[in-house]
Amino acid sequence: MITERHLNLLILAGLILVPLWAWAADEPFTITLATRAVIFALAAAGLNIALGIGGLVSLGHAAFFGIGGYAMGILAHHAQSYTALSTWPFLIEGTKSMPVIWLVAIVTSALAALVIGLLSLRTAGVYFIMITLAFGQMFYFFTISWAAYGGEDGLSIYIRNDFPGLNTLDPIQFYGLCLAILCAVLFATARLMRAPFGLALNAARQTPARVETVGLDPTRLKLAAFVISGAITGLAGALFADLNRFVSPTMFSWQMSGELIVFIIIGGTGRLFGPVVGAATFVMLEHWLGGLSEYWLIYLGGMLLAIVLFGRGGLIGLLTRREGGA
Amino acid sequence: MSLLELSGVTAAYGQTQALFGVDLALAEGEALALMGRNGMGKSTTVKAICRMLPAAGRLRFAGQDLARLPSHKAARLGIGLVPEGRRCFADLTVRENLIAAARRGHWDLARVHGLFPRLAERMGQRAATLSGGEQQMLAIGRALMTNPRLLILDEATEGLAPLIRAEIWAALGQLRREGGLSLLIVDKSLKELAGICDQAVVLSRGESVWAGAMAELGADVTEQYIGV
Repeated sequence: MITERHLNLLILAGLILVPLWAWAADEPFTITLATRAVIFALAAAGLNIALGIGGLVSLGHAAFFGIGGYAMGILAHHAQSYTALSTWPFLIEGTKSMPVIWLVAIVTSALAALVIGLLSLRTAGVYFIMITLAFGQMFYFFTISWAAYGGEDGLSIYIRNDFPGLNTLDPIQFYGLCLAILCAVLFATARLMRAPFGLALNAARQTPARVETVGLDPTRLKLAAFVISGAITGLAGALFADLNRFVSPTMFSWQMSGELIVFIIIGGTGRLFGPVVGAATFVMLEHWLGGLSEYWLIYLGGMLLAIVLFGRGGLIGLLTRREGGA
Repeated sequence: MSLLELSGVTAAYGQTQALFGVDLALAEGEALALMGRNGMGKSTTVKAICRMLPAAGRLRFAGQDLARLPSHKAARLGIGLVPEGRRCFADLTVRENLIAAARRGHWDLARVHGLFPRLAERMGQRAATLSGGEQQMLAIGRALMTNPRLLILDEATEGLAPLIRAEIWAALGQLRREGGLSLLIVDKSLKELAGICDQAVVLSRGESVWAGAMAELGADVTEQYIGV
């Protein structure tokens, strides 16, 4: 058994070394798989703030993933077709600039999370799950009928957006960019978990009434967490759209929301690197078992069942000993 | 002017009325003992003050009406609560419990360590793994870290070993000597309360039946209403 901190460092080393090996061995597909895992990890890391720390079981986080994806898709679509996004009251044009797209993805996802959170946090428990699911499905059906941006068929992007100083078409460089963002988000999450806000959020998850008696508003804490969480998942959506150069309503589907929850449960709910382990495990199983059988999700289901029944701390919990105990 | 003022306060748990008219007044820097037998409304009065239970009547703190405030806003006015049964944040460490809701002011980690040296030795330990006495010290420390003007202690020494009880009472005595903080203490330990509190209010069947200086609390009242 090793400590969680040491395991996290090992995982980080793996995230750096495996794609570097694939690059040296000229295995670009492995790098693409790793990029997919890192982007899923980023999306789940966002959800982990709401679910893992705040205890908010959101079954609608695909809404933010999709909003981020469509932010990228719409801006890039207008950039590649040289058409304006809007001409009145202001001229708004498309862009191929990743930083601008990320900013738009973060802001729109955060705003959506604010509105959804304000309404959803009036409920709790199963009602919260259902209302977030309903919001996610609203976005899903809206984009299906949004003919201007491909409707059900989605939107293909023929360009890879630009990042200053990088060739984003080079798989290893795009992977490095995604990994850097994931590391920045994990670092910020680690700081947040130890900051008074994160501690209060954790306490609010355990016992909202006790938190109130020390002068903290649990609803406001959870709303802030939900907004931060939505913004990060939205950023992951923009990167996912750039990876695939394609966006479609499936990014909003409830299955996507469910997968994000599965990543967290497999890795370890509330664990800093839980989403990374969960997403990497999912992508590896999807690749290896998916090649053997189209029913590979049965094996994933069995694994999930075993973890829920026998390893509440997820794979990280099974491999590590808890720090800060007696 | 009173820091805390309750007049004709009534409260109910659903259909069951628990308070029928509680009156008390506590001045800034004073300590008040709230006494009575079990089930007479002491903890319910505390819940009414902390807005954990809807209550009617006049409830004012620092000149502000508490009646319409949610619990967290009442706490932010400067009401610190050490609830019955400790109720620390079990999954957080001692340090995390203390800083989670800390607000700037006189009380910081160093001062809490000074008051309870035991906590300083257990800063990295999860609250759930502490002994009952240590959890009680943590609950007091956590309330102090919010830098309240009034500290309410609801049965703070209940169920603790005599040695730990003595430590808690010594800490409360130290708080009194330092001054500046008002205390409202719910407890049955008449002797210890007498050493700390200036005023006392006695409750019976959800009503305040006696109020006055602690020194004037006679044997007739304690025998009839407190059972000691």
